[in-house]
Formats: sequence, C-alpha cells, structure tokens
Amino acid sequence: MKKSSTGGNTAPLPVALGAWIALLFLHVPVLIILLYAFTTEEATYSFPPPGLTLRWIGITMGRTDFWQALQLSLRVAGIATLAALVLGTLAAAAVARSRFFGKEAVSFLLLLPLALPGIVTGIALRSAISLGNIPFSFWTIVIGHATFCVVVVYNNVVARLRRFGNSQVEASMDLGANGWQTFRYVIFPNIASALLAGGMLAFALSFDEVIVTTFTAGQQSTLPIWIFSQLVRPRDRPVTNVVAIVVILITFIPIVIAHRLTQESNE
Amino acid sequence: MAYAGIPAVELRSVSRAFGDVRAVDGVNLSILDGEFFTMLGPSGSGKTTCLRMIAGFERPDAGMILLHGQDVSALPPYERSVNTVFQDYALFPHMTVGDNIAYGLMIKKVPVAERQRRVAEMLELVRLQGLERRKPSQLSGGQRQRVALARAIINNPRVLLLDEPLGALDLKLRQQMQLELKAIQQRVGITFVYVTHDQEEALTMSDRLAVFNLGKVEQVGTPAEVYEHPATPFVASFVGISNLVSGEVAQALTGSPAAFSIRPEKIHLAALEACAELDEIAVDGVVRDVIYLGLYTRYLVALDIGVDLVVAQQNLHTSSMDVMAVRGQRVRLIWKREHNQELSASD
Repeated sequence: MKKSSTGGNTAPLPVALGAWIALLFLHVPVLIILLYAFTTEEATYSFPPPGLTLRWIGITMGRTDFWQALQLSLRVAGIATLAALVLGTLAAAAVARSRFFGKEAVSFLLLLPLALPGIVTGIALRSAISLGNIPFSFWTIVIGHATFCVVVVYNNVVARLRRFGNSQVEASMDLGANGWQTFRYVIFPNIASALLAGGMLAFALSFDEVIVTTFTAGQQSTLPIWIFSQLVRPRDRPVTNVVAIVVILITFIPIVIAHRLTQESNE
Repeated sequence: MAYAGIPAVELRSVSRAFGDVRAVDGVNLSILDGEFFTMLGPSGSGKTTCLRMIAGFERPDAGMILLHGQDVSALPPYERSVNTVFQDYALFPHMTVGDNIAYGLMIKKVPVAERQRRVAEMLELVRLQGLERRKPSQLSGGQRQRVALARAIINNPRVLLLDEPLGALDLKLRQQMQLELKAIQQRVGITFVYVTHDQEEALTMSDRLAVFNLGKVEQVGTPAEVYEHPATPFVASFVGISNLVSGEVAQALTGSPAAFSIRPEKIHLAALEACAELDEIAVDGVVRDVIYLGLYTRYLVALDIGVDLVVAQQNLHTSSMDVMAVRGQRVRLIWKREHNQELSASD
C-alpha cells in the first residue's frame, strides 16, 4: 500500500469508518433539532420537512414562559458558579497547600459528587431540605447545582496549584509580600485561566441540569425543565427546537472557551 | 554598614524535626557581618533546613534565631530583613524580568521612577541589560539565576541566603558564576549565607564554612582550616579526598593507635630504594590502580600492612604512558609526619 508522503500515518479504512460512524451517531440527532426548528409543520415531523420558515423564532421570542425559564436558568447558573468559584478555590488551596490529617479523604469526598449519579444527589438533597423544613425555592436549586459546580472548579484549580509548586509563594513572602499580596500578585494570575475554565464549565453544567433540579425545585421551572414539560404538550412543537438551539449556544460557547483555556495552559 | 561585635546571623541550639527525622539537631552558628559563609554538607544533613529557618519558611522546634542581635524566631518571612535566592530560582513566570526584579520594591510601594532606576542598576550589576522585557521562560538557566539574584539584592537585605543557587547549571557556567557571585558579594558588601553540597564550591567561595552531617555541625572554619585540619573523620572524608587511618595500621605507622587522616597530595610516591628522613613516614606497597586525571594522577596503593591509600601526584614530568606503567609495581610511600591530621570521633 502506498503511504502518503506528508509523513503522517493515515488511519486504516475500518478505523476511519468507525470514527465517522461514531461522530454521526453523536451528532445527527442534534442536526435533526436544528432542521426541525425551521419546519412549517406544527405538531408532527415528517422527513423531509415540507417547507422551511423562520416563524418559530418570532413565536418563541413572544412567549413569556420561555423568557421566565431562561432568566431563572441564567440566574441559577450564575449564582451557583459564583459560589463554586469561591468555595472550590478555597478547598483547592487547602488541599494543595497544606498538610493536614485526612487530606486524601477530603480530596476524595470533594470529587465524589461528580461521580455520584445525579439521582442520588437529587434524592439526598430533597430529603435533607425537607427534613430541615426549608421551602423549595430558587435557593434550593442553587444549592443543588453548587454541589457539582464546586467539584468542577476545585478540580481545575487544584490541578493548577499542584503544578504551580510552593517556591513562588515562598519567594513572594521572602520579598516582603504578605498572604493577601502574594495571592493577588502571584497566585491569582497563575490560576486565573483555571478559574475561568472551571467557572465556564460549571456554568454550562448548571445551565442544562435536569435531574438534580427536578428534586430541588419548587414551582419554578428552569429552561431544561420547561423544554421537558413542552414535550407532553405538542402545541407549537418547533418552539422546543428553537429553545434547544438557544441552550446549545449558551452552553456550547463557554465549553469551547474553557477547553481552549485549559489547552493553552497545558502547553 | 558595620555592626561591630554583633553577628549578622546567630543560631542558638536550634533544632527542627520532620516526623521522626531530626533534620537539625542543636545547631549553634555565628555568622559575621559581611562574611561569605557556606553551609556545606551532603543532602539530608540539615543545611537547607537551617537556611529555611533563617529565611522564616520553617520555624525551629527549639532554640533561637537572631538577625543582628534581634530574635526573629517567631517572625514570618516578610518581616525579616533577609532575602533568598532559591535553588529553582522561583521566578514569577507571568512577569517580565523587570517586574520580577522590581517585585520587592513594588510591594514596598517605592515610586515607579525610583523602581526603574534601581532595576536598571541591578540589571547592570548582574549584566542583563536589555533583557528587561523578556519573560523568564525566554531566558537561559544562567540568566534566570542572575534574575533571581538581582530580585533578591535590589531589596538591600542585610543578609542574602542562597540555596544551592548554581546546582542546575553546567560545570563551566557554574565555575564562572562562582567567581561572579563572589565579586558581587564583595561589591555590595552583604552577608552571604550559601548552601551547597559541593565541597569544591565551598572551598572556592567562602570566607568561612560550616560542615553539616546528620543535622549537626561537625566543624566551622576557614576553607584552609577545614581542609588542612579536619576535626572529624566525616569532615576529612567529605571535604576533599582523605586517607583515614586508625587502629593497628596507625600503630604500625606512627607508634600510636590514634586515628589520623592524610591527604593524598601530601604522600610522595617513591622508588623502593628511596630513604626517608627522620621526620617522615615510609611504608611499602603495591600499586593496584592508576587513574590519570590530566592535571594529576591518582594511585591506589595496597600497603603490605593491610590497607589501601590514595596517593595523588602532579604530572610534572610524567606522561600518561609513564604513569600507567607503574600499575602492579612495588613502591615506597613517604610523607612528613606533620601532615598527619589527628581526628576526634564524629560524635
């Protein structure tokens, strides 16, 4: 067989085929959503769509329940991310910087919520919140989301701090900087991109979270829950697809940026 | 700056343990103002821990640390008038060379104009003019080392601590930097406390040195004192190469069983028929091994009375061919009694 002269090995045909099938399998359903956001049919889908229209975008924009759900989701994601940035950074600093009894256990327990199925986290939180007689509200949703957002930020920051080493901190102190000055001038600039990446990932995770939200929400519906409720009422079905595109845009962009940022700093 | 009579750094029975390991064990040291003082020892001997305690990164478990007569044992690093050059340099990767050097002044809120003037001075001192805007990642190892030095000296510390600062450099650069460091120290007149495991470096640069072993100081003295009169077997073997002789062999050679050391370069390699003077010791043996080192040759001689001695001879009149021919031959070793250095036990 003749190899390409550019030096790189081309993948054998079965492998290339496998890769393409996997990619199609992952992304064709998303393409279907994109397509049927513009179909002229109202309730049922047929392929190919009988016609294309931009009408549904206008209809979506006119629906107040959509705007309420979007606003709630953005607020929840924003506040959960902020809480995660503060708590995750503090936890990472404690684990990476100091030696204390049970440090490994603490590190493991911090990562556990990410591995735990959302349904378990959801039930646990619901029981705990009911036991405490706390009414389900905006804040209970934020608390639920913060459980996994903290982990994402913690994970990013702790990895950066471990690589960063302690001697720069010592150098800063040696040159007369106290703890706060050392954080501001030396630690923060070095972990800023990890914070940004972790924060964006946390935001994206929170924004499309369904399982934990169903357990911790009261009457409110976040955008994903609103979409889910729309499926049982097939009126204006393409509207759901338009909203799905909005969700894709809002979550996809931060994830791409976060990926870029971690990629750059790894070089 | 003169602080007559008061040592720049003083350690009074300082101890520090890490878990079960007594890293520093009752160390007493007195470092004079303006001195180039070296703490020499193998890894794990406690020298770096001592340095870190002077800097304030570690607290002593017991004892007291004084800087110019003031007890600083409880002060954090940023309240001590010392600065450190780290082994890995610890430059701030997100700052330029200029910002790295100016860091201490920036923290002290020195006006920008003054900062720039001092940074320029420092760049000149360490010969890095024109590299102010580079990032540390764009510098060579030797250049980073100079930045680390400038970043410390700009603060006018009364004591500069250096933790194996040349460890990461190659031999040529290291030798060049040794001379340069010494010159800079003499120019700025700051007390240097220098940590190294390299005995040659310690002998080259220091006004005085302390030899560390297992958390304790074995000997303090000038390089000549420590080299010529090692106080313990450890010092004799760690600083330079030494032949340690004790027990029956010592009895046979000197008439006394007291342990002594003899430097290889003090021993003369002679023909069997050579005669010794009254103040000399003569002993016969077989040359077991010859190591030609260019400047001199090292011979390993197995004495008839049962030990091996290392002998070093300058290649004054000999070529490599000549010295190799000596292998396996019987020789007589002759040296002056006065070069025997009596040793006390290490502990």
